[in-house]
Amino acid sequence: MLYREAGQFKTTYSADMAVLPIRQDRIALYALIAFAFIGVPLLATLKIGVFGSDYVFKALLIPFLILSLAAIGLNILTGYCGQISLGAGAFMAIGAYAAYNFSLRIPGMPMVVSIILGGGMAALVGILFGLPSLRIKGLYLAVATLAAQFFFDWLFLRVKWFTNYTPSGSINAPQLEVLGYTIATPLERYLLALTFVTVFAMLAKNLVRGNIGRQWMAIRDMDIAAELMGIRPLYAKLSAFAISSFFVGMAGALWAFVHLGSWEPLAFSIDRSYQLLFMIIVGGLGSILGCFLGAAFILLLPIFLDQSLPILAGFLKWLPFGAGWNKIVDHIQSVETVSHMTFIITGSLICYLLIVEPHGFARLWAITKEKLRLWPFPY
Amino acid sequence: MKRLSIGIAAAAAAIAGAAMPAAAQNEQFFPLLVYRTGAYAPNGIPFANGVADYLTMLNERDGGINGIKLTMEECETGYATDKGVECYERLKAKGPTGASYFSPLSTGITFALTEKAPGDKIPLLTLGYGRSESRDGSVFAWNFPAIGTYWTAADVAIQHVAKELGGFDKLKGKKISLVYHDSPYGKEPIALLEARAKMHDFQFKAIPVTHPGVEQKSQWLSIRQDRPDYVLLWGWGVMNSTSINEAAAVAFPRDKIIGVWWSGAEPDVTPAGEKAAGYKALLLQHPAGKFAVHADVEKHVVAKGKTQSKAEEVGQVLYNRGMINSILGTEAIRTAMKKFGNKPMTGEQVRWGFENLELTADRIKELGIEGMLLPVKFSCADHEGNSRQARVHQWDGKAWKVISDWYTADDKVLAPMVKDTAAKYAAEKKITARDCSKEN
Repeated sequence: MLYREAGQFKTTYSADMAVLPIRQDRIALYALIAFAFIGVPLLATLKIGVFGSDYVFKALLIPFLILSLAAIGLNILTGYCGQISLGAGAFMAIGAYAAYNFSLRIPGMPMVVSIILGGGMAALVGILFGLPSLRIKGLYLAVATLAAQFFFDWLFLRVKWFTNYTPSGSINAPQLEVLGYTIATPLERYLLALTFVTVFAMLAKNLVRGNIGRQWMAIRDMDIAAELMGIRPLYAKLSAFAISSFFVGMAGALWAFVHLGSWEPLAFSIDRSYQLLFMIIVGGLGSILGCFLGAAFILLLPIFLDQSLPILAGFLKWLPFGAGWNKIVDHIQSVETVSHMTFIITGSLICYLLIVEPHGFARLWAITKEKLRLWPFPY
Repeated sequence: MKRLSIGIAAAAAAIAGAAMPAAAQNEQFFPLLVYRTGAYAPNGIPFANGVADYLTMLNERDGGINGIKLTMEECETGYATDKGVECYERLKAKGPTGASYFSPLSTGITFALTEKAPGDKIPLLTLGYGRSESRDGSVFAWNFPAIGTYWTAADVAIQHVAKELGGFDKLKGKKISLVYHDSPYGKEPIALLEARAKMHDFQFKAIPVTHPGVEQKSQWLSIRQDRPDYVLLWGWGVMNSTSINEAAAVAFPRDKIIGVWWSGAEPDVTPAGEKAAGYKALLLQHPAGKFAVHADVEKHVVAKGKTQSKAEEVGQVLYNRGMINSILGTEAIRTAMKKFGNKPMTGEQVRWGFENLELTADRIKELGIEGMLLPVKFSCADHEGNSRQARVHQWDGKAWKVISDWYTADDKVLAPMVKDTAAKYAAEKKITARDCSKEN
């Protein structure tokens, strides 16, 4: 019904190879981008619905966008090239600290350039830490990337130069300026993050469809076979490390500059690495769409539960069990129980999802889409 | 699938309903960032209970402040900065006039909120923590590190060491080590201790402990090798009791360890049992124990079951600190109401209240907290309050006993450091310092 493709003929090679070969998909994507760039700011300025509040931007949309970008970066490495990395948090930190130092130490450095340079610095370090991947694989490589995580945690805590000798080791992002225009309101920050994410998500989508992306996937599926077919593992693996780290580093710089404003190495701890890894596993390894779905699930579900559980528990008070019962409900509604429940429910949902659909949300959507295209007789 | 989506829709509807309650117009809203879970929960819980119980008591006893009912909502941060920021965004606009002030009880969250508070015009009351230089109200207009910063604490600790040794001149050549939580919180005192080390020519060594602080074997082994004369402890949560246990394991005398006021509460020493006897810590003005105000809390809150705290928690160190937090906050609101009228105050008005807050000895007696707080006066330039005094108490194995007189932090050392660091921050953030002589 949604996907009635009758009348869509592909007459050229490029039409056949388009990113989105089905017209409905294209329309949906354009509509989504238009909504994100025009609709959301409009709703926010007119203060309509949820978009009227800062909360939606500062606590939901901005972190969602930035973590999606980081997830895309990690997915390039882990999902497309098959190299497990537990060091994503470290590369975010490199991006953040490098961007900070670029903007601090080079006078007149534009903020956007310093963020991109932050990504570039992460890419260089990524190549360095990618070198072991030429010899070791799988879990062993995961441990090697873990070393990166701990090394950079240590480095940014201990080497005072990186934090410009602040007494507490916590640093503040500079004022955000783009082309002489100061970015201050949540909406402007959102648009900045959105621009970055849109541009680089497009770039990633095209990279993974092209020559280099195919090399990554060949390495992922079977490195010996890929090598025999003439793919150089050195080039393929290191390019995956570099590009992945570039994305992750940029996301880190955005996280620090646009989202947090002031940060310490703890903001990029090992927990962040795990969080990103869960995002791409739940969202779908080897899928750009999956990064967004995974980021939304891992980031937003706990927040949603945190706020909805006390309200849902409130309904229990309607049960006529007397004062003792109300006391129990009060306990259930306390932040303590709610945050424990949030952990339990999120964890079990992740387990359930991975058992039912090990390939994540992206695969679920792919199946749905296939069925919709074959509707009304899907099989 | 259908059931699931109905469930989600119902939950979404419930949230939408809760997000827009029919806000009563005569309420003052208090956002409470708490942590009742995670590694720091043993310390977070009594503080959170103290904060909430005092506010509840005002509601029950006086019907709020000047007829304005106090409402509050807790949000669990788990001591994590990103979660704290989310909570802040969630709560800042609630209530008819928005949040009165935030007290995150985490230096990391305080740093993050320091960037956000000026834009939202909400004061941050950071009682005995936060950025030390933020006492300079001309640059940090929205921060109130009330009645003690970490630099004050470190200065008092050194003064106490000097007194035990018999004078500042005896510090020469001595070794003092700092075992600190490796976060902005633990690093804050280092700058001052280094300055003091230069002044008195003692050897200072800073030994970091990684979050959450349950692994400290190597740190204490190095202390055993160094044999410092004193160890200062800047820990939080489970790190404190671990430190005391490890000190016992390497036979470092516990009475040569001086903790900061965040390392000197019941949850810090009880897990270490016998080994903790003799351990000393600074006092953020108030000791453990019950004062006149506690009778009201017990009568109006605890007896009525309107609290989450257990009966034995009332009067503990961190519980009392939570109460002081609420007392300073509500007194600031009272001060603001004198100028702006008896209606719910906005964040900006509360800030005015803080800057003009003065607690005289009489008022302190009236509040029933005589002995918990010294008379204090805040101003535009001094957001710490002018007392800057602290004492030392010691754990005898069963209870905390105050063992020293009041020490006053030496402002000749502190003031120039505050000025320098604040100026650096102002330059970095392109803030023009306010001229405090022109503020009313």
